[in-house]
Amino acid sequence: MLGEDFGVKKIHSINRRMFIIGTAKFVIFTGIIARLFSLQITNNKKYSTLSDKNRLREWRLPPIRGEFLDYFDNVIAGNVKVYQLHVVPEEVENFKNLMLRLKQILNLSNNEFAKIIKKKNEQKSWETLIVSKNLSWEQFTKINYFLYDLVGAKPVMSVSRNYPFNENYTHVLGYVSSANEQDILNNSLIKKNHVPGLKVGKIGLEKAYENQLLGTNSVQRYEVNAYGKRVNQVDFIDGLKGDTIKLTIDTEIQQKCSELLKGKAGSVSVMDIYTGDIIAMQSSPSFDPNLFLFGISQDDWQLIRNNPLKPLINKTLSGLYSPGSTFKPMVALSALENKIISKDFKVNCKGKIELYGQTFHCWKEKGHGVVDLKSAMKQSCDTYFYEISRKLGVDRLRKTATKFGLGDKVLNNVYDIEKKGLVPNTSWKKNNLGKAWVLGETLITGIGQGYTQTTPLQLCLMTAQLANGGFKIYPKIIADKNDKTADEIKALINKDSKNSNSKEDSHNFLKPSTKDSHEKLFSNPENIKLVKEAMFASTNEVRGTSYSSRIEDPKYQFAGKTGTSQVKRISKRDRELNLKTLEIPYNDRDHALYVAFGPYKKPRYALSVVIEHGGSGSSTAAPIAKELFKVIIDRHELREKIKKQKSINI
Amino acid sequence: MLYSSFNNQLTFFQKIKNFDYTLLICIILLGIISSFSMYSTDGGEFLLHTKSHMSKFVIFFSLMIFLSFLNIKIWHYFGYLFYIFILFLLLWATLYGVKASGSQRWIDLYFVNLQPSELMKVAIIVCLAKYYHRIQLNQINNLQHIFSALIIIALPIVMVITQPDLGTSILIAFSGLIVMWFAGLNIKYFIYSFIISLTSLPFIISFLKPYQKLRILTFLNPDRDPLGAGYQIIQSKIAVGSGGLTGKGFLKGTQSYLEFLPEKHTDFIFTLFAEEYGFLGSLGLLLIYIVIIYRIIKIGLISRSYFSKLFCFGFASAIFFYIVVNMSMVLGLLPIVGSPLPIMSYGGSSMLATMIGFSIVMSAGINHKQLIA
Repeated sequence: MLGEDFGVKKIHSINRRMFIIGTAKFVIFTGIIARLFSLQITNNKKYSTLSDKNRLREWRLPPIRGEFLDYFDNVIAGNVKVYQLHVVPEEVENFKNLMLRLKQILNLSNNEFAKIIKKKNEQKSWETLIVSKNLSWEQFTKINYFLYDLVGAKPVMSVSRNYPFNENYTHVLGYVSSANEQDILNNSLIKKNHVPGLKVGKIGLEKAYENQLLGTNSVQRYEVNAYGKRVNQVDFIDGLKGDTIKLTIDTEIQQKCSELLKGKAGSVSVMDIYTGDIIAMQSSPSFDPNLFLFGISQDDWQLIRNNPLKPLINKTLSGLYSPGSTFKPMVALSALENKIISKDFKVNCKGKIELYGQTFHCWKEKGHGVVDLKSAMKQSCDTYFYEISRKLGVDRLRKTATKFGLGDKVLNNVYDIEKKGLVPNTSWKKNNLGKAWVLGETLITGIGQGYTQTTPLQLCLMTAQLANGGFKIYPKIIADKNDKTADEIKALINKDSKNSNSKEDSHNFLKPSTKDSHEKLFSNPENIKLVKEAMFASTNEVRGTSYSSRIEDPKYQFAGKTGTSQVKRISKRDRELNLKTLEIPYNDRDHALYVAFGPYKKPRYALSVVIEHGGSGSSTAAPIAKELFKVIIDRHELREKIKKQKSINI
Repeated sequence: MLYSSFNNQLTFFQKIKNFDYTLLICIILLGIISSFSMYSTDGGEFLLHTKSHMSKFVIFFSLMIFLSFLNIKIWHYFGYLFYIFILFLLLWATLYGVKASGSQRWIDLYFVNLQPSELMKVAIIVCLAKYYHRIQLNQINNLQHIFSALIIIALPIVMVITQPDLGTSILIAFSGLIVMWFAGLNIKYFIYSFIISLTSLPFIISFLKPYQKLRILTFLNPDRDPLGAGYQIIQSKIAVGSGGLTGKGFLKGTQSYLEFLPEKHTDFIFTLFAEEYGFLGSLGLLLIYIVIIYRIIKIGLISRSYFSKLFCFGFASAIFFYIVVNMSMVLGLLPIVGSPLPIMSYGGSSMLATMIGFSIVMSAGINHKQLIA
């Protein structure tokens, strides 16, 4: 053949070139295998992690909030199951029809309906749409009844905060509501556990103990696809429930307080005079905290906000009042302690005194005649206290008053809304008002008017510390199983008073006060006794200002002091008119105050009552104390029993 | 005359005996593996892709067996006609074809869409093999012959690029050029053209479509736009890398099952395979391909006719090139160009073209002693 020779050459050429290409192929395949090795073996860990990061998503669930218990372990802020209605739009065949049907069944207003539709348009189609956060039982059963033709609607149970005693504990506990930006920024623990819909404390103890109550998230780990849709649950990690917090408050007494304050603006505080347990603390009017759980409606909010009696203000802690005559025990004690007067010191009251070119009126126009300490306190004679405060001077008076807890926060930093109040002295005026103290101001300070401002809880503490014989106590609202019993504290006090040498104050400065030291607030026990006797007379002797509110049964018998705090300066014209309380415009009426302790023979409890614009202490405030003491003393044994049980448990 | 020249001395049983069974088994293995992978892409259900892929495999495999019985002379005889026929289809597709995802590359055959550019990958090898069969070695480097061969290559490439389909046109160009190389084209031409194309690279880039430029940029730095242009390659690397030594297991490739993988049926089928079967599985698959390529080359080596040799070497190199381009792409070694993995990827035209190629190789193997005048 012609091409035979060329053919052979051609074949040689092609085979040689095939060999070259073959070698190249070998090298390239080796390169690909090396790449596979690098990805799958060397960097396997890195890519496995990336793959898991791709496919696994965590959903955190709101933590279960700790509960609040009262002293008898009743739940006062708990968690309840609520019925909610969820719809996943993606799983619904005809979303519009379903929603119209639900609107009909649930009686949704057009406004609410529009809100739900708007929310639906904002989220992805596989995300759960919460149609109703809180279905009533009727709605829930109705939904379940019609469920067969509500394809895609899911009635579910969820957990929500609940305040079973409604408005009774609002001012003590506060309330929770959805966390806002500020809450998250201010509290790192909220930030850490935050999930949409998380409820956090907004005020009160709910806010103060947020970190203990919060708990930790449960975590659901899901496998998701590239579009973020959940495919299946891989893991579930249980979160921790928040701590349960027990209060010193007795719900029975707390409820009695609300009942007695109904329709009035005011406050009641009740305290154990040894342990400092706050047994009740109510500010009126109150409101239902459950309204805030799912966002309060505009109507409800306006109703609360515009109420002239100001339900949003916690009057017990942040209401500031001139103590009026309830300050007189302090004035008397200070005068006795500083040896300005003796038990038998007398003043002739003629209804008014003229001093420094001013007239100072006693509340009784005709005057009380000659009065000593006991009868002056009993009848609340202003002239007597003008006289002794003039001799005492405001600086010494302030020393005694602050020792008994006035002018300082009672529940140290538990409530951020608590106010300090004010007990003035000469240097305070100079520093704050830039003017020198005028002697006339001493006189009106001596009857609890003027610059002096106190909270109802301070007055309660003051009374408690008088009642226990003049020893410092540490008020508290959170009960702890390590708390000392009243008997233990009494023993400590006895030891303290025996051991202490008569050099007053000296050890106050040397030894910082701890919760174990119930330091003496007086130098002569006789003085405390005198003041207490005077308070007893004020309630239990004829012509005493609160004589009409006395209880004669020694089991319930109490001692107290009325107070009437002027809101408006009494003009000459007012004095001539001498109007009755109801004839004066509400906002100009005097505040009515009352402080008391009981039972008188063996005191155990102290209380303070303030009724805003209530007229006089004897007519409005003291009767409330009478009603309360009956309940408080009746509950006493039950309370002691609980305490004993607890000490056995330890 | 026609009959006598195609007449075969071999009987039917001799032909059966001459079959390359190793190659056959490897192809069947690929068919089985690809069916399992397809089943996996369907999320573990017997759905459209699996059914369609399996039936295509069975049909085209049978077609291949049938065509294998044809004498290699027939392929030689109809070589140009085959090329012209496919070129006509290509023209048809470019002008009147079905449009999908921005390119016009399919002919609607009512029951199925045909992609002629895939068939051209084989046709060009057949055509050039026939062209060089007659030309003597010392004439190969004649400008006239080089020019004619280049026209044969350029015609389909121009059409495919205008479709536009850069990936396939590159594969066609390679198939053509590798045949020219085997035919004995002076190596200096390759070096010259390499230098020319390198210097004109900026010029070529200016002609690229924006999405093509983006692909190159993304290849150079996938993290540039991880959720956009770089998404495919990043997810593909994660899938392959997370497979590890032995893989996540059949139907357990989370990247594909959870739809993180794009184009998992077609161009990225190897990613799914590597995720589920790991490094060892990938090596196995690669081994099957290596055996296939080796057997094709071996048939080329034993073939007495120049046409057979040229076709076998050309086809083996083309297959090799498809595999390398596809794997390099999914492993992040090359920019993304649409190129299927032979037999494994979903797509009828590609499988048909590959099977036709195999049948020619088979026929060459059966008739390896045959000389073509």
